[in-house]
Amino acid sequence: MNARIALVLALALPLAARADFTGKVIKIGVLNDQSGPYADLAGQGSVIAAKMAVEDSGGKIDGTPVEVISADHQNKPDVGSSIARQWYDVEGVDVIVDVPTSSVALAVSQITREKNKVFLGSSPGTSDLTGKSCSPNTVHWTYDTYAQAHTTGSAVVQTGGDTWFFLTADYAFGQALERDTAAVVVESGGKVLGSVKHPLNTTDFSSFLLQAQSSKAKVIGLANAGGDTINTIKSAAEFGIVKGGQKMAGLLIFISDIHALGLQTAQGLLLSEGFYWDRDEQTRAFSKKYAQKSGGKMPTSAQAGVYSAVLHYLKAVKALKSDADGKAVVDQMKKTPTDDPVFGKGTIRADGRKLHPMYLYEVKKPSESKGPWDYYKLVKEVPADKAYRPLDKGDCPLVAAKK
Amino acid sequence: MLAVPIQALFGQVLIGLINGAFYALLSLGLAIIFGLLNVINFCHGALYMLGAFVAWFLMDKAGIGYWPALILAPLAVGIVGVGIERGLLRRISGLDPLYGLLLTFGLALILQGLFSNWFGSSGMPYDMPEQLRGGQILPFMVLPNYRVWVIGVSLVVCLGTWAVIERTRLGSWLRAATENAPLVSAFGINVPRIVTLTYAFGVGLAALAGVLAAPIYRVSPQMGADLIIVVFAVVVIGGMGSILGSIVTGFALGVLEGLTKVFYPEASNTVIFVIMAIVLLIRPAGLFGKSA
Repeated sequence: MNARIALVLALALPLAARADFTGKVIKIGVLNDQSGPYADLAGQGSVIAAKMAVEDSGGKIDGTPVEVISADHQNKPDVGSSIARQWYDVEGVDVIVDVPTSSVALAVSQITREKNKVFLGSSPGTSDLTGKSCSPNTVHWTYDTYAQAHTTGSAVVQTGGDTWFFLTADYAFGQALERDTAAVVVESGGKVLGSVKHPLNTTDFSSFLLQAQSSKAKVIGLANAGGDTINTIKSAAEFGIVKGGQKMAGLLIFISDIHALGLQTAQGLLLSEGFYWDRDEQTRAFSKKYAQKSGGKMPTSAQAGVYSAVLHYLKAVKALKSDADGKAVVDQMKKTPTDDPVFGKGTIRADGRKLHPMYLYEVKKPSESKGPWDYYKLVKEVPADKAYRPLDKGDCPLVAAKK
Repeated sequence: MLAVPIQALFGQVLIGLINGAFYALLSLGLAIIFGLLNVINFCHGALYMLGAFVAWFLMDKAGIGYWPALILAPLAVGIVGVGIERGLLRRISGLDPLYGLLLTFGLALILQGLFSNWFGSSGMPYDMPEQLRGGQILPFMVLPNYRVWVIGVSLVVCLGTWAVIERTRLGSWLRAATENAPLVSAFGINVPRIVTLTYAFGVGLAALAGVLAAPIYRVSPQMGADLIIVVFAVVVIGGMGSILGSIVTGFALGVLEGLTKVFYPEASNTVIFVIMAIVLLIRPAGLFGKSA
């Protein structure tokens, strides 16, 4: 018996001592929207961020080169799934990062689990990724719908915005966002006066805004995203909604949206983000370096999240000296606290939720802004344990198994 | 749900008229082009987007503001239109309209793809001209001055175009060339030039709508694609090639869509297509079309 154990150990030890990187290269696949509505908040910028993380990790892990490839999933789950399979099966990709659009992210998470690789979701919203669809191979990095709803919902009610009217995109994401935020508003002592559901990709929002206006709610919550949000805010400025005393709260807005709107139109808007380039010395230094590579654009929180996630992944792979077992890599990532210039210090929870504080920002008036990309002022910092869903409330099977 | 106060209803009708103004401008251009060239101009939406981008470009790179852009952008896009007509559409004239549809559809995809590549997807900000900011406070809503201006411009341009085509000598040539081109050219009228200029004018109208839209919607590569399908439905309902039909239907459907947004908002982007289906069943040539 003892002899057999000794034999196994003798065979295993050299393996453990030698670095074991599949395909002799660590391959990172950035899978996101490169041409559609989320191309500005993720897109090529996420590829730049991933490459920066590789560079800052030295470009090689124990002599093994690190390579970044990318593809456009066109926000279609079927396209995203087939790229993910192709990457894992044929191209030897070890980790997929980013993946905006919740439906695609859920599909990629499932495939990653099947193949025992690693999925680091930076731009998808759905909190199901760490809830009932959680996976030992997935880490959800930058934000989720629960945190958006809580940070914006509770902080706005606390600052006096206690009656709400929702403008909601009529599909799964919008409805979930409205439901979550409405729950927080009521929980924090506010009241929901009504809501109107609009079709996806509506051009003209003035009718809906007029309905919001006549509700006399103090806050109009925008449970939509991308172009729909931009057009809503533009019309609201024109129809004098904000001047009339109502506040607009964006439930999912990125700095690229504000850039597209311009401050004249977007001023006064409340929103929450996990990352803003001008938050402290470290974020500024990172963002300026990023901007040099991206033609002057500052990183969105999703892109910064890609940087942070890849950095931490490479640390785990280095510690393990292997990228072969995806679950083991994620376990290693959960074991070590995160520390990077983007989010500062943080941790990853058992359900795969990356934790860092969230911030409620108000968009500056044009007179307050010192130049391009100087867009936000801080209203309130919400600590991670207040912003994200409590571990035991998400129905994640991984958490139940641990008890 | 049905207990909507009369005042709120008034506001919605007004907003419907504003959207109708865009539909009318765009479908007018389509109707003219179809009437004379027999081309279903699928790149109309892309040229509308191009008009908005030209306005943005003038403002951002050359400091040329909104007012000159109202003239310059349609001119620039009109010149592009001359290029498209001379270089591409002329080569397939006389063929089945399907070829024109496919050609212009391909062109639209190329234009949108190029602009997405160059400018990203979120779009560009375009400030409203100083003179048109602010709004009138009506008892039931704030009516932005800019929207009043849009309705005004659209009405003047639409009715002006209609008058030129129906009431002037130039218009009579145009109508005659539509009916029988060889005969008209036998009278010494340069029909190919009329065709080129008509196409340029049609896409110029699209560009004008683009400039009008720039301050209120986002100037983005997708802006035309979102709108063009609705506009095609308007043209079909009004009757392909019918000038007056496209104008009246444009405004009427805008109002109808506005009312749907109050009573059953979820259906607001399908209502126009439901009407289109009904009209096609009852009057296949459209409300104002002459049946073949």
